[in-house]
Amino acid sequence: MKALLIRDLRLAVRAGGGFGLALAFFLIVVTLVPFAVGPQPEVLGEIAAGVLWLGALLACLLSLDRIFALDYEDGSLELLATAPVPMEGAVSVKALAHWLTTGLPLVLAAPVLGVLLHLPGPGFLWLTISLAVGTPALSVIGCFGAALTVGLKRGGLLLSLIVLPLYVPVLIFGAEVARRGVDGLAVGTPLALLGGLTAGAVALLPFAAAAAIRINLR
Amino acid sequence: MSIWEYANPVKFMATSGRILPACAVLAAVVTLVGLGWGFFATPEDYKQGATVKIIFIHVPAAMMAINAWAMMLVASLIWVVRRHHVSALAAKAAAPVGVAMTLIALFTGAVWGQPMWGTWWAWDPRLTSFLILFLFYLGYMALWAAIDDPDTAADLTSVLCLVGSVFAILSRYAVNFWNQGLHQGASVLRAGAVTGSDTEEKVSNVYALPLFVSMAGFFLLFLALVLMGTRTEIRARRIKALEARARMADA
Repeated sequence: MKALLIRDLRLAVRAGGGFGLALAFFLIVVTLVPFAVGPQPEVLGEIAAGVLWLGALLACLLSLDRIFALDYEDGSLELLATAPVPMEGAVSVKALAHWLTTGLPLVLAAPVLGVLLHLPGPGFLWLTISLAVGTPALSVIGCFGAALTVGLKRGGLLLSLIVLPLYVPVLIFGAEVARRGVDGLAVGTPLALLGGLTAGAVALLPFAAAAAIRINLR
Repeated sequence: MSIWEYANPVKFMATSGRILPACAVLAAVVTLVGLGWGFFATPEDYKQGATVKIIFIHVPAAMMAINAWAMMLVASLIWVVRRHHVSALAAKAAAPVGVAMTLIALFTGAVWGQPMWGTWWAWDPRLTSFLILFLFYLGYMALWAAIDDPDTAADLTSVLCLVGSVFAILSRYAVNFWNQGLHQGASVLRAGAVTGSDTEEKVSNVYALPLFVSMAGFFLLFLALVLMGTRTEIRARRIKALEARARMADA
């Protein structure tokens, strides 16, 4: 499993696998927002937390179809299925690799981009914390969606249609934590719910994703 | 006699062929009685005027929109556990009906909301979660349409339906948390639904009785449409099998 993780990380960094692509996309979304809503600092500061969460979510979505598609095409997914590692474990490792190459950079970049959107001072800490807690759930849910659509030609659009509704609860609680952080309100409840959501998704969804992959490889 | 023998497509076709006409006629009659009673034989509300009568379409459609997904969940579970093809096809047939009911509920809600709340749409928990339910239906149907092999499609959509149900419920409560809204709480099926006295929180019997008839009508309508859709799916699959066999014979 460790070998698989290292292999996935290497592939992401080396093979033009778009390690920085999600980050660049995130940057572009954030750059476009002021053009759409106007450059007034008060307006931007008001919506910054929500926009940053939405941008991170979309950037994460962008890289999902890479999780299994390449392995499916060159046959290594079938090798994985026959490997002594259970499929659930392999899926979890792949989700972890996706989070390390996409989610974690987004978490680290969000405060920097927050400056561009005039995010109010107290928001930075809670934005980072909420993204750190929430993005693993995005990776795992996305991994499930990618597993469902792996056998399909041009499944990218379908993948978004399936995954985005599943992202709703994570987005609600995550953005709520960041928004309350900006306003200096108590963040305990949404943060606990977000953490519960992530824990539940990480615990259960690999089983669904592994089932979907087994069906697709049949 | 076990209920599972209806999982045999031949047996299902024979039985549903007998039930379907009766079910369709009954659905039409009950729906027409419910709607006719509701539209023409109830008084106008003291506050809402004639617009209150939208309730006779809005509430049954919303009820069936949720129940259709629940039925799909049960049918998917049966497919996953016992692998009866009729069950998977019934789930497939229920999705378009469910999405239509969701649309009707959203549309009549907008038409009702405009004069009552002064807005076509509000980001209210109930409205928003219905919109999300609509998106879930779209994703589910798109996945069915995208996969060629029928068994793989049935398997994958079942997995999506199971996971989607969990997330649909999560979204429902997440949305509640996110915003408090305009929509009134449950006011039709409460303790003492018919016998209880009319209060602020309970819909008056004048409206409740035709509403129940209309709900029954929508339920029968759903049943008839799903039976019809399932029969169509079974026939489509038979045609495909025949065509494949013809091609084999030609080759």
